[in-house]
Amino acid sequence: MAMTTITFIHADNRSETVEAADGDSLMMAALSHGVDGIVAECGGNAVCATCHVYVDEAWASKLDPVTDDEDALLDGTAAERRPNSRLSCQIKIQPALAGLVIRIPDRQS
Amino acid sequence: MNPTGLSRDASVAPDIPHLAIDPFSYGFFDDPYPAHQEMREAGPVVYLDAWNVYGVARYAEVYAVFNDPLTFCSSRGVGLSDFAKEKPWRPPSLILEADPPAHTRTRAVLSKVLSPAVMKRLRDGFMAASEAKIDELLARGSFDAIPDLAEAYPLSVFPDALGLKAKGRDHLIPYASLVFNAFGPPNELRQQAIERSAPHQAYVTEQCQRDNLAPGGFGACIHAFSDAGEITPAEAPLLVRSLLSAGLDTTVYGIGAAIYCLARFPDQWQRLRADPSLARNAFEEAVRFESPVQTFFRTTTRDVELGGVTIPQGEKVLMFLGSANRDPRRWEQPDAYDITRKVSGHVGFGSGIHMCVGQLVARLEGEAVLTALARKVGSITMSAEPVRRYNNTLRGLASLPVTFTPA
Ligand code: HEM
Ligand code: FES
Repeated sequence: MAMTTITFIHADNRSETVEAADGDSLMMAALSHGVDGIVAECGGNAVCATCHVYVDEAWASKLDPVTDDEDALLDGTAAERRPNSRLSCQIKIQPALAGLVIRIPDRQS
Repeated sequence: MNPTGLSRDASVAPDIPHLAIDPFSYGFFDDPYPAHQEMREAGPVVYLDAWNVYGVARYAEVYAVFNDPLTFCSSRGVGLSDFAKEKPWRPPSLILEADPPAHTRTRAVLSKVLSPAVMKRLRDGFMAASEAKIDELLARGSFDAIPDLAEAYPLSVFPDALGLKAKGRDHLIPYASLVFNAFGPPNELRQQAIERSAPHQAYVTEQCQRDNLAPGGFGACIHAFSDAGEITPAEAPLLVRSLLSAGLDTTVYGIGAAIYCLARFPDQWQRLRADPSLARNAFEEAVRFESPVQTFFRTTTRDVELGGVTIPQGEKVLMFLGSANRDPRRWEQPDAYDITRKVSGHVGFGSGIHMCVGQLVARLEGEAVLTALARKVGSITMSAEPVRRYNNTLRGLASLPVTFTPA
């Protein structure tokens, strides 16, 4: 299976780099590699907003745009919503994202 | 005559294991775990001769059925009764018992009414109410944790959040218990519930009307979406009914499950006391561990291959959520209650397009109760044997006598 390198930076600046499987969601990649801080209470069904992440600005244009549903959910994140806020369950890992840097907020609920 | 209205199917493929388990019997409710295991071990798909239905009890197949709603539809009912063959006992739900595209529209409305942003506004009030409730129970010392906490707490927050009138609220729990019994087969539980349903149905139908719902509550918000044209004025009361059916008793069972877990597993209780921020996950793990909603059905819309066998079109498929949530193929130490478990992916709230739209309300209530317990209570001891409550769909207790001592 093709893999894509993703770096997660925690709120305390600790960073972890993982080889994520293409086709998985970013949320799945974090959970299956034991990256803490992405809770994903709803398991990726776009209900909970506890998979909130900040995407490095440079990458924003490479991602699919935020849908109305995701936008509404982002209004309810526990940590501050910023222009680069996304739900990690809505981002699909693909080769074009190689080197993506993700910041994890300090809390999800 | 065959009471289920389903065909007694001679064409069931011979390679599907036929089991005699009745998942809607009192014996099963008393201890479902050996039967869950038997079904999981028998194969990815089993056939339950007691009610002529297919069953899936492993995580992978339960997940697969939930996530293929076009093949495994809900519009023919998510109970045993097939709406294509039998008149539903009440007008079908516009969300639970609907398929896309009709479901997509009503779901969008309830998603907005119960969104994460709305929960932020409710949070402080829900937390204050749980603290007050735990203070009151600490003053009493000994009490029954099911009526006095698992029922009393949701009753103190949810009907107000919905905007219900004070009068007649005692119909709410009997109505919900009826709804969840009615998903089962025509056994004693279902028949009795329906025979006694008239007063509860009359109450609920009346309270769903716009004039009876206080401004600012979930109910009024749903009606407001009919002004915006997202739903019709005739649909709004039925969507309010969904919250009355699914929003109260489920959390009673969920909170009851969490208290029962903490009373039974003192090591986990001590971990929670040491770190009250684990409250939300401790509730979530209780939903996995006990699975307050045990089962839901789907109906096949075509011949479909699942787990290597073919299920013909028009058949009922029973999903065992409680079994999937303890499938050792998916979970490490599935029979351990572990409040630090990474519990994401459990199917206690379902999965896919019908995944519980009220899960954030449930979690907020659960987190509120468990946080207050962790902060204020020193010990929880069971003071008598718990008593099980029987329901065709819900798993939980009728009575859990306990003693609390202060922290
Ligand atoms: C611990 C508490 C709860 C549990 C275990 C639970 C469980 C579930 C499950 C398993 C489903 C999926 C049904 C299916 O796929 O056919 C569901 C759907 C639903 N739940 Fe919950 N629920 C809970 C609390 C709530 C609350 C508090 C509300 C309302 C505020 C609610 C409202 C609903 C509704 C309206 C649906 C239908 C959603 C749809 O079909 O799209 N539930 N719930
Ligand atoms: S995991 Fe729940 S919204 Fe992403």
